[in-house]
Amino acid sequence: MTTTATALYDLPGPRTRVRHRWYGIGATAVILGILAWIAYLLFDTGQFEAEKWRPFAYQGIQDLLLEGLANTLKAFGLAAVLSLALGAVLACGRLSEHRPLRWLATLFVEFFRAMPVLVMIFFVFVALKAQPLTALVTGLTLYNGSVLAEVFRTGINSVERGQREAAYSLGMRKTQVMANVLVPQGVRAMLPAVISQLVVALKDTSLGFLITYEEFLQAGKLIATNLDYDLPFIPVVLIISPIYIGLCMLLSWFANWVGKRERRNVKTSAAEVAPAGPSESLSGPTGADRP
Amino acid sequence: MDVLLDNWSLYGEGLWGTVQLTILASLLALALGVLMAGFRVAPVGSLRTLGTAWVTVLRNTPLTLLFFAVLLGLPRFGLVLPFQTFAILALGCYTSAFICEVVRSGINTVPVGQGEAARSLGMTFTQSLGLVVLPQAFRTVIPPIGSTLIALAKNSAIAGSFSVTELLGVYKPLNEMGYSIVWSFVWIAVGYLIVTLTISALFNVLEKRWGVRR
Repeated sequence: MTTTATALYDLPGPRTRVRHRWYGIGATAVILGILAWIAYLLFDTGQFEAEKWRPFAYQGIQDLLLEGLANTLKAFGLAAVLSLALGAVLACGRLSEHRPLRWLATLFVEFFRAMPVLVMIFFVFVALKAQPLTALVTGLTLYNGSVLAEVFRTGINSVERGQREAAYSLGMRKTQVMANVLVPQGVRAMLPAVISQLVVALKDTSLGFLITYEEFLQAGKLIATNLDYDLPFIPVVLIISPIYIGLCMLLSWFANWVGKRERRNVKTSAAEVAPAGPSESLSGPTGADRP
Repeated sequence: MDVLLDNWSLYGEGLWGTVQLTILASLLALALGVLMAGFRVAPVGSLRTLGTAWVTVLRNTPLTLLFFAVLLGLPRFGLVLPFQTFAILALGCYTSAFICEVVRSGINTVPVGQGEAARSLGMTFTQSLGLVVLPQAFRTVIPPIGSTLIALAKNSAIAGSFSVTELLGVYKPLNEMGYSIVWSFVWIAVGYLIVTLTISALFNVLEKRWGVRR
């Protein structure tokens, strides 16, 4: 980034440095002004009054929030494990040498990547009358499993051709080549992208809110709509969002860290390590033919 | 089949709602995303920080949480707008973070020599970015922007649960009228496929017309 960024402008001389400093001061002032305005609005509408924050000192409310967080993490854990398993199965299908199997897997993957995850969740919830947790986990598994299948496939295909050829020339069988040569390298190369996809799954557990699954947001809403506490909606948002966003950031940073580590690793020299970018751009039909 | 024919206007309204949300939020996301990408490569430090913070926070925010905060939170500050406008704001801001990253990586694919040549001609930062680098970056970012906008169209389904008219919300009245739930969902799915496949086709055309030939 730095090379291109500096290619866009000359190394500033003394006068430009002064000019940039003024721009910087101006921009900072504008940003601080907006922040101050938001803070003013918060105070002006009485969001920091003790009345609105009192409920958070109660044991029951704290337990409710923690339980919501635990439910969110439970849904995430289940969805993560199941979608990794489904992704592995679908990737095997897509890499299979049997044409019907390959077509079936391709159809499955393409359909569930093109559907909004919420449509699947609602379908399971409304049409199959499932429990909220089951509906949420099923929807997340189908969607993330399909995306992960593509990630795994790209990983396997990103391993240099010579590796596969060498393995075959040593007399290994198809399954041996896959299990001993391609998968260990492909998985290492794909690890950052896989963890990034898990961030998407963690973010999407919040969809459980819409089908009344008792997760973190739902717990927040229960508190926010309680008349006894003077409807502390903004305080609830101020408490919930840092925790939720923080959890996702932690996982994203972990993905980036793994990516940096794997790029330095000699064990991945035969495969190109995927960037830990937003997996959002892997979704959708146009994403299918991207490298 | 009956579900669709009997409720043609209901489905039409829903589909139109989704299309509206998608188009308007896309425009907002593209504008904000390009602006933030510009900020992220700017020579002014505080703008770079703003761009980075914007992307880091919004990319890690669950969209439902953002909808929750914007649609139910902003009215508490006396800002009362139609729910659809709020939904467009939330969707657009959320997607702009992804667009920003796509555009920034597009800027990085433009050879360094292009930027150097531009500034050796005496162009300022805004000129070399706007006249030389971004037009070339645009050619390489067409496919990933298409994928991001498809994700936006799919994400717009969340708005339905916040009383905005859109396609997924159609299942509720149909369910109450006693139609087969499975079939009403099949047609909703078809509607979403129409939207996503249209975007995909549109970007294929754009790519053929302007994309980088490899």
